[in-house]
Amino acid sequence: MSSEVLFTIEDLEVSYGSIAALKGVSLQVHKGEIVTILGANGAGKTTTMRTISQLLKAKSGSIRFKGEELTKMPAHKVVKLGISHSPEGRRVFGVLTVEENLLLGAYTQSKVNTKTLRWVYEMFPRLEERRKQLAGTLSGGEQQMLAIGRSLMSDPEMLLLDEPSLGIAPILVKAIFEQIKEISRQGVTVLLVEQNAKAALKLADRGYVLDVGRIALEGTSAELLASDKVQEAYLGKKHE
Amino acid sequence: MDIFLQQLANGLTIGSIFALVALGYTMVYGVMRLINFAHGDMVAASAFVGLTVYTQVMGQATSLFSVIVIFLLTASVMACVGVLLERLAYRPLRDAPRLSAVVSALGASLVIQNGIMLIWGPRMQIFPELVPQVYWDLGGVVISLIQVIILALSLVLMVGLYLFIEKTRMGAAVRASSIDQDAARLMGINVNSVIALIFIIGSSLGAIGGLFIGMYYRGITFNMGWQYGLYAFIAAIIGGIGNIPGAMMGGMLLGLFNAFIAGYISSTWADAFTFILLILILIVRPTGILGERVAEKV
Ligand SMILES: Nc1ncnc2c1ncn2[C@@H]1O[C@H](COP(=O)(O)OP(=O)(O)OP(=O)(O)O)[C@@H](O)[C@H]1O
Ligand SMILES: [Mg+2]
Repeated sequence: MSSEVLFTIEDLEVSYGSIAALKGVSLQVHKGEIVTILGANGAGKTTTMRTISQLLKAKSGSIRFKGEELTKMPAHKVVKLGISHSPEGRRVFGVLTVEENLLLGAYTQSKVNTKTLRWVYEMFPRLEERRKQLAGTLSGGEQQMLAIGRSLMSDPEMLLLDEPSLGIAPILVKAIFEQIKEISRQGVTVLLVEQNAKAALKLADRGYVLDVGRIALEGTSAELLASDKVQEAYLGKKHE
Repeated sequence: MDIFLQQLANGLTIGSIFALVALGYTMVYGVMRLINFAHGDMVAASAFVGLTVYTQVMGQATSLFSVIVIFLLTASVMACVGVLLERLAYRPLRDAPRLSAVVSALGASLVIQNGIMLIWGPRMQIFPELVPQVYWDLGGVVISLIQVIILALSLVLMVGLYLFIEKTRMGAAVRASSIDQDAARLMGINVNSVIALIFIIGSSLGAIGGLFIGMYYRGITFNMGWQYGLYAFIAAIIGGIGNIPGAMMGGMLLGLFNAFIAGYISSTWADAFTFILLILILIVRPTGILGERVAEKV
């Protein structure tokens, strides 16, 4: 793995009112890596992603991308800097067409990059077939493809994916994970939040395990896959 | 038949005014899920600002140039007031419970209404005759120049707004923000700018509506915003609040309805019938004629 650090979180604390959701999270992502954040429901994965995108403001700590501090930035500037976020629950614009959704993904570009649009359509041919269809009428899996495609339209350097497998049939999950691999091959750094630990670790170079707002474990995917704790908690295997 | 055509012409005129004002309610609601109760009073204020521009800036000239300056200057002043209103009354409450924003909107309405009274006095003022009184008698139906101007200019503005929203990049940002603000932010859209933009557009259109009210009815009072605001608000609801073509359609429909009630029954009954119409439409289509998703956001 190349060792150029692209993205760093240090001692991040985030609260909802008086409830602390992140209690000092630190992590690093190197250029070109796929890094996954695992954790049970309510561990703080989505909170982490939303704070990176500045939809949520940190209480303390720092988030740096290519040396720039994000925590004081408005959300729309983060996108311009090269971080794109495909959010939990997809959040596609349901009353707009598939293509309108994709074009909105390119909002920060002065001109829509037709090469990227081609690429997205090649990865997800169903989106091209349904380009004039309203996004809200797509199936869950198709909406997930659209959310990912849309987030690629800004030609990001780093892609945040929050549970792309949520509520999707296993066969489609497999297809989507294959395309995440392809996205990575094209040079996009990926930070992937997943509950589907096995699939995520097979794909990722490294991972972090988040447990009620703290990093409980970190390591290469092989290390995490072999760790008793991960096996027990996320892979459903009893350790004897 | 004469009454029908005459009231059709009158209805389209008032309908245009309702539609212009309704757009301000609907656009703000669309993006912020907020009823800007101060909008009607902004419309009233516009008529007074127009009056002052006429007397103080244009030296009571009624040339075409003067009329254009009155319109542009009034719309610009009101656009600034609109942006200021959002900054002071609504932005600080963006994350507060919904009721706080409603109270703030009602407060802003009172402040503007009383502001008009303090500046221009409590008595009715006469709006200048900016357009010569030209009438055409089309076989029993009388149409005035002012009616033609109101209808034509309103249509141009509404078509322009529609194209802006549907065809431009900024319009796409407005649409995205009205569907899902956080998702819009993730696209790199500056939602604060979008909100400022809709206050600029809504207040300018409302200002033109206010000037039309002055030109058409001539008498303007500090509290007239309540009445016109209510009608335009109903128009926005009839069309489907949050929906731009809906507001245009609702305005026209309400204007025509009012004119026909006035023509065939009695103008004293217009208000009562308007509410009956509103209730009937809401029974048949709770989201208004073109409204789709009034589902509350969480
Ligand atoms: N808007 C909110 N208001 C209050 N508390 C919240 C809010 N959003 C999240 N939380 C709390 O913060 C904690 C972390 O939530 P978060 O959504 O980040 O978890 P997650 O790891 O993404 O879980 P999941 O796997 O279920 O998506 C949870 O305890 C949750 O209840
Ligand atoms: Mg989550």
